[in-house]
Amino acid sequence: MKNADPIIRIQNINKYFGTFQALNNVSLDVTSGEKVVVLGPSGSGKSTLLRSINQLESIDSGSIIVDGRNVADPAEDINTIRMEMGMVFQSFNLYKHKTVLENLTLAPVKLKKMAESQANDLGLALLDKVGIRDKADSYPVMLSGGQQQRVAIARALAMEPKIMLFDEPTSALDPEMIGEVLEVMVTLAREGMTMVVVTHEMGFAREVADQVVFMDEGAIVEVGTPDHFFENPTHERTIKFLEQIL
Amino acid sequence: MAECDVKKIDVGDGAALPDPEDKGLVSAWWIALIGTIGLLIALPVKDPDTYGRVLTFIPDGILVTFEVTILSIALALVIGLLTGLGRLSKNRYINLIASLYVEVVRGVPLLVQLFYIYFALGRFVRVPDIMAAVIALSFCYGAYMGEVFRAGIKSIDFGQSEAALSQGFNQAQTMRYVILPQAWRTILPPVGNEFIALLKDTSLVSILAVSDILRRGREYASESFNYFETYTIIALVYLLITLVLSKILSNMEQRLSHYEKR
Repeated sequence: MKNADPIIRIQNINKYFGTFQALNNVSLDVTSGEKVVVLGPSGSGKSTLLRSINQLESIDSGSIIVDGRNVADPAEDINTIRMEMGMVFQSFNLYKHKTVLENLTLAPVKLKKMAESQANDLGLALLDKVGIRDKADSYPVMLSGGQQQRVAIARALAMEPKIMLFDEPTSALDPEMIGEVLEVMVTLAREGMTMVVVTHEMGFAREVADQVVFMDEGAIVEVGTPDHFFENPTHERTIKFLEQIL
Repeated sequence: MAECDVKKIDVGDGAALPDPEDKGLVSAWWIALIGTIGLLIALPVKDPDTYGRVLTFIPDGILVTFEVTILSIALALVIGLLTGLGRLSKNRYINLIASLYVEVVRGVPLLVQLFYIYFALGRFVRVPDIMAAVIALSFCYGAYMGEVFRAGIKSIDFGQSEAALSQGFNQAQTMRYVILPQAWRTILPPVGNEFIALLKDTSLVSILAVSDILRRGREYASESFNYFETYTIIALVYLLITLVLSKILSNMEQRLSHYEKR
């Protein structure tokens, strides 16, 4: 199933916040259809790495090639590259002034010039998929956290992206709502979506990941399959991290 | 849920809009309204030769006051939006120009600005008095409005911008489709205050040969010497207009916040 050329190729990127080095010479390849789960203690740079892929965070050196285009190159139109990548945030960030369905249709209608009726059909189908079609006309504030995050996933999917980026999608949720969001993500993974997921959900990493990436202090410490990572971690820091959370 | 807290911003010094939750304020509004209308009917009936005659003098002045107010607020909103965006711009030159404008306008009294712009304009071009008044008022109010827009835009959670940008919207589209529609409801109460303050401040343009309510009243008073009766009616007319306006604005505000209701 894997293509030879990676759909995301991150090479030697560095990122500073003032004098603090948030990313330290990070390189990572993601092939099409692959699920990469990024783990690490807070402040390890995993969110910064994820956010640099769609340039919500700029990088100071190195290159990130997404689907053949360098996202860090100012000559590239970052907006059209972003359309190929859906992003799901920790705090959902649904458009508060729009209904659930309008949250899904805004970008396809305005950016892809999709007809309103077609966008509505697509939006309702996606809401069906994440199991909240009955909330189509509600405003985000009326939904639970788990429901909002499922809408956020559907909103990202409405642009029919090639890649989905997840930035700690379950960290802001009450424990009883985490399952419903992970379920949607597992379904998406089974369908072959390319996914990069920053999370603390070890069960999800074990079940879904093709590659597990462990980061600490801005650098990638260890990369491996879930079996390798959870059963035979080689680095001291990985072992320590796993001891703390498992 | 924490997300539904609306951040209140407090800018401007105009009339307070009646808060429908505050029963004390609402009844004060009704008392003021009924009292004003009552006096505007009773006084001319009781004394048609003085109060009654002022009332016949004023209507075309009311139209001029409205005309100046509406043109000025429309222009001030445009200037204010541009100024607010300029003050938030990462481009240092745009930011500097916008900030300088706000500093200068806020440091000079409106009456002085009115004279200055009126006579400065008059040195170079011939513009109708009303247009000169509108330019001067909107130049001043645009700066205050700019601060309102800036505060309103800043009050919107940054996550909203990031969500839009991540979908492929550019900065301008993000502002237009996501930020401004949400900022508008935060902005509306202070814009409403500015609107009412502006309406009252249009009385200043009577010194620039613009025949607004106040000037029409003064024209009557100076030939009849009924100063007390004239200014009583003028005050009541302004009060009636601002009371009605503040009610309309607070109703608009209610309607705009519909998506916050659970």
